[in-house]
Amino acid sequence: MIDFSSTFKMALVSLKVNKMRSILTSLGIIIGVSAVIIMLAVGQGASVKIQKDMSSMGSNLLMVASASVTSGGVRMGQGTKPSLTLKDTYAIEKNCPSVGYVAPYSSEAKQVTYGNQNWSTNITGTTANYMLIRDWNISMGRNLSDEDISNMSKVAILGNTVANELFGDLDPIGKTIRIGGIPFKVIGLLESKGQNSMGRDQDDFVMIPITTGQKKVFGTNFPGTVSMINVKAKNADAILSAETEITELLRTRHKIGKKQEDDFQVRNLTQMMETMKATVKTMSVLLGSIAGVSLLVGGIGIMNIMLVSVTERTKEIGIRMAIGAKSSDIRIQFLIESLLLSVIGGIIGLLAGIFGSKLVEIFGSMTVYISSFSIILSLGFSGIIGVAFGYYPAYKASLLNPIDALRYE
Amino acid sequence: MSLIKAENIVKTYITGSGEDCTFYALKGVSLTIEKGEFVAIMGASGSGKSTFMNIIGCLDKPTSGNYYLDGENIVNTRLDKLSEVRNVKLGFVFQGFNLISRTSALENVELPMIYKGLPAKERKERAMEALKIVGLTGKEQNMPSQLSGGQQQRVAIARAIVNDAPVILADEPTGNLDTKTSYEVMDFFVNLNENMGKTIVLVTHEDDIAQYCKRTVRFKDGNIINDSLNTKRAKTTGEYR
Repeated sequence: MIDFSSTFKMALVSLKVNKMRSILTSLGIIIGVSAVIIMLAVGQGASVKIQKDMSSMGSNLLMVASASVTSGGVRMGQGTKPSLTLKDTYAIEKNCPSVGYVAPYSSEAKQVTYGNQNWSTNITGTTANYMLIRDWNISMGRNLSDEDISNMSKVAILGNTVANELFGDLDPIGKTIRIGGIPFKVIGLLESKGQNSMGRDQDDFVMIPITTGQKKVFGTNFPGTVSMINVKAKNADAILSAETEITELLRTRHKIGKKQEDDFQVRNLTQMMETMKATVKTMSVLLGSIAGVSLLVGGIGIMNIMLVSVTERTKEIGIRMAIGAKSSDIRIQFLIESLLLSVIGGIIGLLAGIFGSKLVEIFGSMTVYISSFSIILSLGFSGIIGVAFGYYPAYKASLLNPIDALRYE
Repeated sequence: MSLIKAENIVKTYITGSGEDCTFYALKGVSLTIEKGEFVAIMGASGSGKSTFMNIIGCLDKPTSGNYYLDGENIVNTRLDKLSEVRNVKLGFVFQGFNLISRTSALENVELPMIYKGLPAKERKERAMEALKIVGLTGKEQNMPSQLSGGQQQRVAIARAIVNDAPVILADEPTGNLDTKTSYEVMDFFVNLNENMGKTIVLVTHEDDIAQYCKRTVRFKDGNIINDSLNTKRAKTTGEYR
C-alpha cells in the first residue's frame, strides 16, 4: 500500500497538467455548491427572521376576535359583530386551565397632543397583562395597575415613537397629554421593539386602561365590548387545548346552540408561523432541487473527464503497473484525482456561495444566515460526488491489462 | 537454484472460434538463466520473443508450463502479488523509455519505491544515488522532455535498479537511439552486469547490440532455435566502470 501523501501529490500534478480542463470540470460543482450555500443561507435567514418576528409578537399567542356580521347576505368582515366583552376576558382567565394570561384589546386612531406638539397614533385599550403576553417591558415609569382598570384612571403608557414625537428629549413621565381632547397622565414609557415583519412600527401607539377607553375614548355603539382578546397559553403544548377550552367557554357564555356557528374566531399564531415556514420550505425545496441538479451535472462532468483522462493516460497506467503498482494503487490514484476535483470545486463554490449570499443580503435586502451545517453539508456532498462519480473511471483504470496498456499509443 | 527457470512454456491466443483458430505464440519453451548472466534474446517479429519476455516479466501468464522466478512458481500467483514481484524482483527498461511525462527525473526514479511503500526521505536518497550511478547528477529536476533520448533511457535504467531488483529486463532498449548513444547505453548494461551483479535479459534485433551480451538465445516461430555463449564480446569503453 502506498502512502497517502505520494498519491495526493501525484493526483495534484496530473490535475495541474490540464489546468483549464480541471477548472472547467469543477465548474459544475462550483455552481452546485454555491447554489446550496445561497439556498440554505436565504432559507435559514428567512426562518430566523420569522422566528424573531414571531417572538416579538409574543410566543404561544392566541387571538380571539369577534366574528363578522352578515347583513342581507353581505358579510361585513371580522370584528363587525362585537360579541366579545371584558367579562369574557375575565371568564377565560378564570375558567381555562391551559391559559396563562389574558388581555382585552380595543384600539382606535386618535390625535394625541402635548403642548404645541401633536401626533396621530393608535390608542390601545388593554390591561397590565398585555405586557406579559407581548413579552414587552416598561423602560421608565410603571405598568397599568388593577386600580387603573377598575377606577377607569386617565393614565397612558407611551410607545417609543409617540414619546419621541411629542416630547423629544424631555422626560414624559408625569406630564399630561390629551387624547382626543381628554387629558391623560403619562405613567410609563415602553421599550422600543422596532418594526414587525410587515414593516409596521410597533412603537407607534399609546396604551390606556381598557375601561377608560371603552367609556371615554372609543366611540362604540356597543358598550362593554372589546374588539379582540389576546391570550397567552401556558406553554407551546397547551396552545391547542387552550383553543378548545376558549371555544367551549365562549359558546356556553354566548349561548350558541349546537348547530349555530361561533360568533367569534380563535386564531393561533403558531399556525401563521407554520404557514410562513412552509412557504420558506417550498422556496428551499425549489432552490435545493436546482442545486441538486447542478451537482449531479457537475458529477457527470467529473466522470466524463476522468474517463477521458484514463484513456489518455493508458500508457502511464501501464508503466505504473509494470513497475509495481497494484490495481488498488491505480484505483486510489484516480479516485483521489476526482475527489480533489470535486472538493476543490466545493471549496471554491463555498466561497462563491458566501459571497453570493452577501450580495443577496445587500441587493435583495433579505436576511441571510450561513450555518456551519450548510458548510459541512455542501463540502460533504461534493466529496461524496467526487467518490461516487470517480469510482467507475478509477475502477476501469484499475482493470487495465499492463501489456495492452504499455502498447497503447 | 536458477534465478529464472521456464519449463515447457506454451502460450496460445484464440483468434476465432474452432480448433484451427488457436494461435501458438510459444510452443513449449524451456530456458534457464542463472544469476549474473547477461542474455540477449533475438528473433524476428512474431517469433515469440516478446510474448516470452512478457511471461518472464510477470506481465502475462503462460497457457501451460511452469515459470520459477527466484525459486518461486509464478504461474498460480494472484495479480496483486505479481505486481509486488515485478516491483521487488524485476526492473524494466523499454524501447520507448516509458517515463511518466511532466514528472521530473527524480520523481520517475522514485516511483517504484513509492509502490514499495518506502518513506519519502529514503526514496529521495536512493533515487539520487541511482541517478548518480547512471551519470545524471544535476539533472534530477529535469522533465523527460528536457532530456535527450540517451538521458531518458538512463533515467529508465536508474528506475529499474533503484529497488535493488536482481533481474533487469530490457525490451529493445536501444531501438529508439542512434548508434553512438546505443553503445553508451550498452556500456551501462555491461557495467550493471559486471560490477553490480545484475542479471540482465535483453531483447534486440541488432547483432552488434547482442555482442555486448554473454549469451544469445534465438527465437523462431514460438521455439528456441539457438542458444549459445558469445565468444567475441564487444569491447566497452570502460568509461562507466
